[in-house]
Amino acid sequence: MRHDHVITSKQLSRSDIETVLDRAAEIRDDPTAVADRHAGALLGLLFFEPSTRTKMSFETAMKRLGGDVVDMGSVESSSVKKGETLADTVRVIEGYADALVLRHPKQGAATMASEFVDVPLLNAGDGAGQHPTQTLLDLYTIRENAGLEDLTIGIMGDLKYGRTVHSLAYALSNFDAHQHFISPESLRLPREVVYDLHQEQERAQVREHEALEEILPSLDVLYVTRIQRERFPDETEYQKIAGEYQIDVDTLEAASDDLTVMHPLPRVDEIAPEVDETEHAAYFEQAHNGVPVRMALLDLLLSDDEGETDE
Amino acid sequence: MSDDDHELRVSKIRSGTVIDHVPGGQALNVLAILGIDGSKGEEISVGMNVPSDRLARKDIVKVEGRELSQDEVDVLSLIAPDATINIVRDYDVVEKHRVDRPEVVEGVLSCPNAGCISTGDEPVSSTFDVFDDAVRCSYCGTIVREEIASLIDT
Ligand SMILES: [Zn+2]
Repeated sequence: MRHDHVITSKQLSRSDIETVLDRAAEIRDDPTAVADRHAGALLGLLFFEPSTRTKMSFETAMKRLGGDVVDMGSVESSSVKKGETLADTVRVIEGYADALVLRHPKQGAATMASEFVDVPLLNAGDGAGQHPTQTLLDLYTIRENAGLEDLTIGIMGDLKYGRTVHSLAYALSNFDAHQHFISPESLRLPREVVYDLHQEQERAQVREHEALEEILPSLDVLYVTRIQRERFPDETEYQKIAGEYQIDVDTLEAASDDLTVMHPLPRVDEIAPEVDETEHAAYFEQAHNGVPVRMALLDLLLSDDEGETDE
Repeated sequence: MSDDDHELRVSKIRSGTVIDHVPGGQALNVLAILGIDGSKGEEISVGMNVPSDRLARKDIVKVEGRELSQDEVDVLSLIAPDATINIVRDYDVVEKHRVDRPEVVEGVLSCPNAGCISTGDEPVSSTFDVFDDAVRCSYCGTIVREEIASLIDT
């Protein structure tokens, strides 16, 4: 890895991604080989908004590498409540830990925090911005189920506020994937993201749709995200829209038998429970993949830190 | 210079900087973007909506006693791309510059995205990458094409 910090998926090249995914595959095949690799190392967890799963996944990953975590606890009980800046918080916790994981409600928080610390900093979600470790586990799951070569993927739901979607879209453009974005008009991808995909990453092949039927039969992967009720001023408007972006066994009849259905979880009602029993469902596997992928990432970053070559 | 007659409407300065060919109505934004508000005792003259050959109406800003550097004035390209900068000593123009578009502007504009970390109480100044037709917050990625003047941090 060329990077000390993992802030956005935009910074990840195809070879960075492949390095992490390959390492994750090795670790998953033989977890005992790395069980003591980072004994004594400490990972600082700074979660300024709740995220039990992401936090537990990092905690599990670090402990499985033989290390441990220090946790600033909930925002309510910390000095943040007293008005301490994020810049100060990270500079203090940096002194306790070998690497930091940051989840923060403000966009750009991880970029800013990384300007103040020398230990590796991993962005675990910054507002509507980015979530690059989620992206890496998504890519791992895609590679396992459908392959990353010649991929046709549909990404559906709340594309406007969905940071996992923005992160994934950037990363996929390294792989010449055909990306189809399916959402109601009001929740389309931010124009900034579309701009980047078209301008900066010329190879991206991006299409936008309002209806899943238009594109479902050609998809290898359907990545579903939650449409948040609170984004809509009135409940009937939400009900009208949400229903069109929910999938069940009937919806999937039009899909290829090999379609992989993914979701960053938690889901509410956008994927019917009956889909869980089908061959399509990969979302629980996807969540579990978070551990080997984060182990791989931490291993690469902490090994750099211990003076190994970073070529 | 055919503009000379009109320029006389704004008093000549002895030494300092004359910023000419500012689009009509942008003079106060020019001062804001340069962080000049007269509080340090600078003598400032502003001519607004003066007839001009090159622009239908233009503004002129004269700052007595201060020679602005190229880096300082380049940020003007965001709102006054055609501005000319005349450095005056003893009533003579000794240097004439155009503004160049800088690659980055720092601490000048504030991000319009309320969810952006740079708008809070953190000890960082806003940073924007400058494109040909837009600016982009380097923290949250928000792109602004229109109304850049409205982002000027006053
Ligand atoms: Zn911003």
